[in-house]
Amino acid sequence: MSLELRGITKTFGSLTANDSINLRVETGQIHAILGENGAGKSTLMNIVYGLLKADSGEILVDEKLVDISEPSDALNAGIGMVHQHFMLIPVFTVAENIVLGHEKTKKLGFLDIAGAREAIRKVSKDFGFEVDPDAIVETLPVGIQQKVEIIRALIYEAKVLILDEPTAVLTPQETDELLKTMQELKRKGTSIIFITHKLREVRAVADQISIIRRGKVVAAVSPTTSEGELASMMVGRAVDLAPVKHGHQIGEPILVAKDLTVRDAMGTAIVKSVNFHVNAGEVLAIAGVQGNGQSELARALINLEDHIEGSIQLDGSEIRGASIYDSLHAGIAFIPESRELDGLVGSFSIAENLILDLHDQAPYAKGINLSASTVLSEAEKRVTEFDIRLQSVSDAVSTLSGGNKQKVVIARELSRPVKVLVASQPTRGLDVGSIEFVHERILAERDQGRGVILFSTELDEVMALADRIAVMYRGEILEIVDSGVTREELGLLMAGVVTKKASA
Amino acid sequence: MAFTLTGLIIAISDAKVLAKFSSPLEFFKSALATVGNAYLALFQGSVYDVNLTKGHTFIHGFYPLSETIVTATPLILTGLSVALAFKSGLFNIGAQGQFIFGAIGASYVGFHFHLPVGIHILVAALAGALFAAIWGGIVGLLKARTGAHEVILTIMMNYIASYFILWVLKTQSFLRPGRIDPIAPEVNQSARLPLLAGANFRLNFGIFIALAAAVFVWWLLTKTTIGFKFRAVGANGQAAKTAGISVPFVITSTMMICGALAGLGGAVQVLGSEYALNADIAGSFGFDAITVALLGRAQPLGTVFAALLFGALHAGGRTMQSSTGVPLDIVLVTQALIVLFIAAPAFVRYLFRIKKMNTSASLTSKGWNG
Amino acid sequence: MKKVRSNIEKRRLSGVTAISLMSSLSLLYFGFISPGKDKTTFGFVLNNEWVIIKEWVIASATGAKIFSLIAVVASIIAVLAFRANRKIVIPAAIATFGILMSFITWVASGKFIPFTGLLQGALLLAVPLIFGSMSGLICERSGVINIAIEGQLLASAFVSGVVASLTHKTIWGLIAAPIAGAAISFLLATFAIKFSVDQVILGFVLNVLVIGLTDFLYKKLLVPYQSTWNTAPTFGHIELPILAKITVIEPIFFSQSIVVYLMFAIVATITFALFKTKWGLRTRAIGEHPTAADTVGIDVNKLRFKNVMIAGLIAGVGGAYYTVGSVGAFGKEMTAGAGFIALAALIFGKWSPIGAVFAALLFGFADNLQSTLTIIGVSIPSEFMLMVPYIATIIAVTGLVGRVRAPAADGVPYLRGGAH
Repeated sequence: MSLELRGITKTFGSLTANDSINLRVETGQIHAILGENGAGKSTLMNIVYGLLKADSGEILVDEKLVDISEPSDALNAGIGMVHQHFMLIPVFTVAENIVLGHEKTKKLGFLDIAGAREAIRKVSKDFGFEVDPDAIVETLPVGIQQKVEIIRALIYEAKVLILDEPTAVLTPQETDELLKTMQELKRKGTSIIFITHKLREVRAVADQISIIRRGKVVAAVSPTTSEGELASMMVGRAVDLAPVKHGHQIGEPILVAKDLTVRDAMGTAIVKSVNFHVNAGEVLAIAGVQGNGQSELARALINLEDHIEGSIQLDGSEIRGASIYDSLHAGIAFIPESRELDGLVGSFSIAENLILDLHDQAPYAKGINLSASTVLSEAEKRVTEFDIRLQSVSDAVSTLSGGNKQKVVIARELSRPVKVLVASQPTRGLDVGSIEFVHERILAERDQGRGVILFSTELDEVMALADRIAVMYRGEILEIVDSGVTREELGLLMAGVVTKKASA
Repeated sequence: MAFTLTGLIIAISDAKVLAKFSSPLEFFKSALATVGNAYLALFQGSVYDVNLTKGHTFIHGFYPLSETIVTATPLILTGLSVALAFKSGLFNIGAQGQFIFGAIGASYVGFHFHLPVGIHILVAALAGALFAAIWGGIVGLLKARTGAHEVILTIMMNYIASYFILWVLKTQSFLRPGRIDPIAPEVNQSARLPLLAGANFRLNFGIFIALAAAVFVWWLLTKTTIGFKFRAVGANGQAAKTAGISVPFVITSTMMICGALAGLGGAVQVLGSEYALNADIAGSFGFDAITVALLGRAQPLGTVFAALLFGALHAGGRTMQSSTGVPLDIVLVTQALIVLFIAAPAFVRYLFRIKKMNTSASLTSKGWNG
Repeated sequence: MKKVRSNIEKRRLSGVTAISLMSSLSLLYFGFISPGKDKTTFGFVLNNEWVIIKEWVIASATGAKIFSLIAVVASIIAVLAFRANRKIVIPAAIATFGILMSFITWVASGKFIPFTGLLQGALLLAVPLIFGSMSGLICERSGVINIAIEGQLLASAFVSGVVASLTHKTIWGLIAAPIAGAAISFLLATFAIKFSVDQVILGFVLNVLVIGLTDFLYKKLLVPYQSTWNTAPTFGHIELPILAKITVIEPIFFSQSIVVYLMFAIVATITFALFKTKWGLRTRAIGEHPTAADTVGIDVNKLRFKNVMIAGLIAGVGGAYYTVGSVGAFGKEMTAGAGFIALAALIFGKWSPIGAVFAALLFGFADNLQSTLTIIGVSIPSEFMLMVPYIATIIAVTGLVGRVRAPAADGVPYLRGGAH
């Protein structure tokens, strides 16, 4: 089945997310859509799948015009989608999730799950998956959940399968499996649209590559194009794929974690007795696929988790068990994973957000009185120092772009005396310019003698910035290696394979 | 709009009007007359009544206005209580119960002790506020430690409080000598709030307490670090927590301060107008407070005005009930309708088909057609 | 290393500890320290059953000891279950029962307790609670918070009373009631779903609206013209032929007004429907993860709207219970917070139909116990007894019994797509 998009345009207010996009996927072809975060890829796919309606443009399936205003229209046209953030109901079983929306009923309205179970088993066998139809989805590992989504699309006979950033949550090994599955699907006649920003994967499986930048298709190329060229086309200028690391001094251990364990609300250990340390003037990256305990570990470092055991020593003093306030003021800067949810108060002004953790300290406050003028003047200083683009510091912070929001968070955290910077996925969802800024800042902090603990799922970022790399897998730190490690070795570690290598 | 709907209801329910249903014209005339009378009574009851000036000076006509203010005073305080809670992200439905405890505390200190004039008032009011703060603080503590929803907690606490006061009024210490019905002794003269406009009016010092409280809340929210914490937790609790603000502290202290405010309302009601504690002391202040806070958009100034408006409606409503027979409860309906329309701006736009572009177009077209 | 407990474990632990403590206290106090001096009489006859169980007379102290002992044993089982990481609900429930019975035996020393009557009264008081909580269940499982249950009950009580009074036929009252409930639902659904108004505030405002309207119309029409507007006939008891003569459980289950029978039917239907049918699956889906449901082609808001309306119908029938189902005449604000207690029962029952029903029964029992004790002349001030249902609700909601997990998308209006 072929799919063609002609002139798809979509605007959100003043932002043009998709600008007259043309795309064609032939039967049995894997068409990759490459672009940065925010380029407009997901918007486009949401339109194809009926979750959004384009302002103008046409969609043709097998050369015939189709009107897709609802997901059911897309499903009827044979288009299936595996979303970046899974569309599965966590508390339902696999079978229940798959029948949802296409339920068959027996007499009296009884739900017919048995039939679904059979179908699931069959499809699983055909493609070599191993999925238990009665398992509850939230208990399954992420890679398997993704397979459930794929199975769902296949059971409902999708002829075109859209995969939206599918490898974001997979280990390198699981990624390879997925790529193999894609090729198998292609062999059986399914067309695939593969959305990603990872150059390597694209060159491995794609038949055609469309590059989207700022809502427009800027190039349609073949997979033989080099990574460097692809990257340049993605961002619009020559890209230096590996930032230069200046020489720097590494000092004494400034933060030491010993037997650190973090449990969830039910008492299960998510972080299992980890040991590591970071030295002053050094960047320690904690790498690993999302979902192996990094988020919890990052939060535990400032005591933001409820059940922490073990020891965290900052510059010789024990801080585990202290209040969040004390942890921050003892000298830890914390950049949270989600700036909108955990980092900023959207309705507060930029100035107010800049003092979110300092509002009861001099010079902003005397006793319980808050000095509005000081808040504003200090804010102006930060804005200049960190090059934050805005209209006025009194505007709500929600009006800023993602990159500038992150700058506000960073500015705030680095306005305090800081010994260690903990950054949790700091460049997620940012444009290249902002990513460069964040990287420079991290390295600058390091050069000034702070310890930096960087949590990141992006291999490239880790390899570019880190002095040492700790790999987390299923709650444990498998190994701590130094920056000379190769991608392959890192990939193996991230998948849980431990080789006998010397660790730092 | 709310007033129109209310008028409709008043008209339809009047028996006289119903009797004339057969003749449409008569129906409309009678309906209009009934509604008109009702609203006139409302105005007469809340602002100015010429009739009262017969035999007295011009000023006496303003008795209704003083009634409005007296009615609005506890409403301002309870409204602030709810508004402040909103700012911290909490729904304080418990203003009613907190009010009751404030009244109990103030009443007890008022009739049980003999203290010099200014101090007695102060102590009584503080006692009331303290009792109520503890009552509110219990809810805050429970929510902070267990995460239970404060809506259910406070509603339950209200019922408990209403039974508590029934029991309290039966106990020895609260029985008024010489009476067997549940009413406490009147507070001593030294504890009463001074009257501001002579003995003919009920206007008392309480209004100043209420306005001072409004200023206090405004200052707390905008000028202090504590207010900053409150607002941060109310706007995004997660981010506030990540920045080191203690959410349990905010929840508990908010509920305590809100309790104190509502309790002050109770104290003012006892010390300023009722003088004696009875089972119905809280009236509908607690629930009105919520509608007041919603109308005032949880801002201190807005709350004051909203409270004055509803105070007027209630004061006027009493007169309306006695002179035209329209039950006071219709005011509740009006209040609810007002809040509904405020809380649903989208609905109002839909109703009036106001679209952003059309308004400018209609302006120009009017200009040309003259 | 010290064993660290999760929050849920901590609460279960405190629940178990509380039960154990209270059982022991109950044994000590009711049995030994201050035992009742007299004999307590339990009566088991209500109507004309076949087998008449003789009254059970027991010395208050002995009775208290026996029941407390049962409670203590159950507590021990609960502790063991807790350590083995199994559910503590059943032993905890038995222990609570034991403590309650012990208390009754102690407090009614020298008096007569109509036990079957007590149970039946509990059921009857629980009826509107069960209807209310079923209504809340459907709404919340779909993702809509319904604080307006109180308003729905009151409105339908009013409407059914008035209609039945005007038509002199109970059946019209019963038919009109759900319509009133649905009307409130319509308002709730429209404002919450179409206009995305905050659901808690909305529910609250609707309640105030209903209270104001019913109070107003009550004073304006029902009181002055009582014979026309407020003399509704009531449903009599329908006795199922043979079953109606079985002792003890008979009056409770097989000799009730039609409203109660409807209730049993509705609870059974909902329980079945929610977990075994297509509608149930979709309903639970939109409450947990509406976006996922949307992507498989389910119209989230339409189903939510429909469910809120259904819930309104159910709450409406519950409201009818107050007038045509029991006393006939409408009284000002006669629901007295039942809607909120129903909501609490729902939460206590962890958003499951059976759980909510049991919770509602428990609250009904507490309420009825209070009035029974007052009638037979027990010394505790009635006001404190009246507080019991509300205190019980607080205990329930603060989760002393276990984990409470609402449907994940509860209370959040669904807007597709979202901004970019």
